[in-house]
Amino acid sequence: MLNQLAALSLPTRSLAEGVQIVTLVILGLMMLGAALGVVLLPSIVYSAFLLGGVFISIAGLYILLNAGFVAAAQVLIYVGAVTVLILFAIMLVNKQQDFAPVANAWIRKGAAALVCLGLFALLSTMIVATPWSLWTGPIAGDNAIVVIGLHFFSDFLLPFELVSVLLLMALIGAIVLARREFLPEDRLVQQQGDAALTLPERPRETAALTGSTTPRP
Amino acid sequence: MQLQYFLLLAAALFCIGVYGLVTSRNAVRVLMSIELLLNAVNLNLMAFSNFLDSQSIKGQVFTVFVISIAAAEAAVGLAIILSIYRNRDTVDMEQFNLLKW
Repeated sequence: MLNQLAALSLPTRSLAEGVQIVTLVILGLMMLGAALGVVLLPSIVYSAFLLGGVFISIAGLYILLNAGFVAAAQVLIYVGAVTVLILFAIMLVNKQQDFAPVANAWIRKGAAALVCLGLFALLSTMIVATPWSLWTGPIAGDNAIVVIGLHFFSDFLLPFELVSVLLLMALIGAIVLARREFLPEDRLVQQQGDAALTLPERPRETAALTGSTTPRP
Repeated sequence: MQLQYFLLLAAALFCIGVYGLVTSRNAVRVLMSIELLLNAVNLNLMAFSNFLDSQSIKGQVFTVFVISIAAAEAAVGLAIILSIYRNRDTVDMEQFNLLKW
């Protein structure tokens, strides 16, 4: 009886593992290729779109790791918010300029590549050599979202509340940093005549020209 | 075993992110590299959570925290880059030496 069950369950299990391996390989290649494109492509807009590809591949890897909730959060926050935010920043900042070449730039790139390859070799040696003690007990599986909610409201309650305060601080800080500065009062009076309906802010052209470190009048 | 594959993928993504962080000239690309680094760490946490701690999945909780803090970091970082661009009129990392001397 047991042998029959084992014989019945063996092909399906190996089929499932094969599908998992193939999916892992495809998603991994997509992720690494898109990440290399983010770092190496000369056009920054292509880099931003490839960054969205990296995030989607990582969401697929999360689904492969039995974490549907975090995969959904990854798609919503990273693909939906962060990539769009970066695209907006590129549109606001995008200035067609060629950076001035730095002397011996290839030494920097070569050294950085060497250090990164060495770091990868070190990490992969550590990963392969370490005897991982894999979990063999009961698993959360599809119950993961309930377990995450229990963690949030029992033993991770303080970090959960602190994250909400931090998000509020980041919201206000981003607004304060990205807002244009107000003009002093005397210039404000002069500006009232020609532009009555505009906000009393420093115009963008004059702000862009003050690149020196001298204090503003 | 599958855990090692995920960890190797995360290590490769981390190294690519470090290379981009060090060598990029454009400030927006530096922020993208930081996002790559955070995602590599998230992948590590999720792999550990699935293979080593399958019942009380604390790695997923950590990943949710890291995702929310990364969103806050992206917003503030892009605001800083916008502010620097208004003041210096460039996004070249080589010219951001206000605090150097």
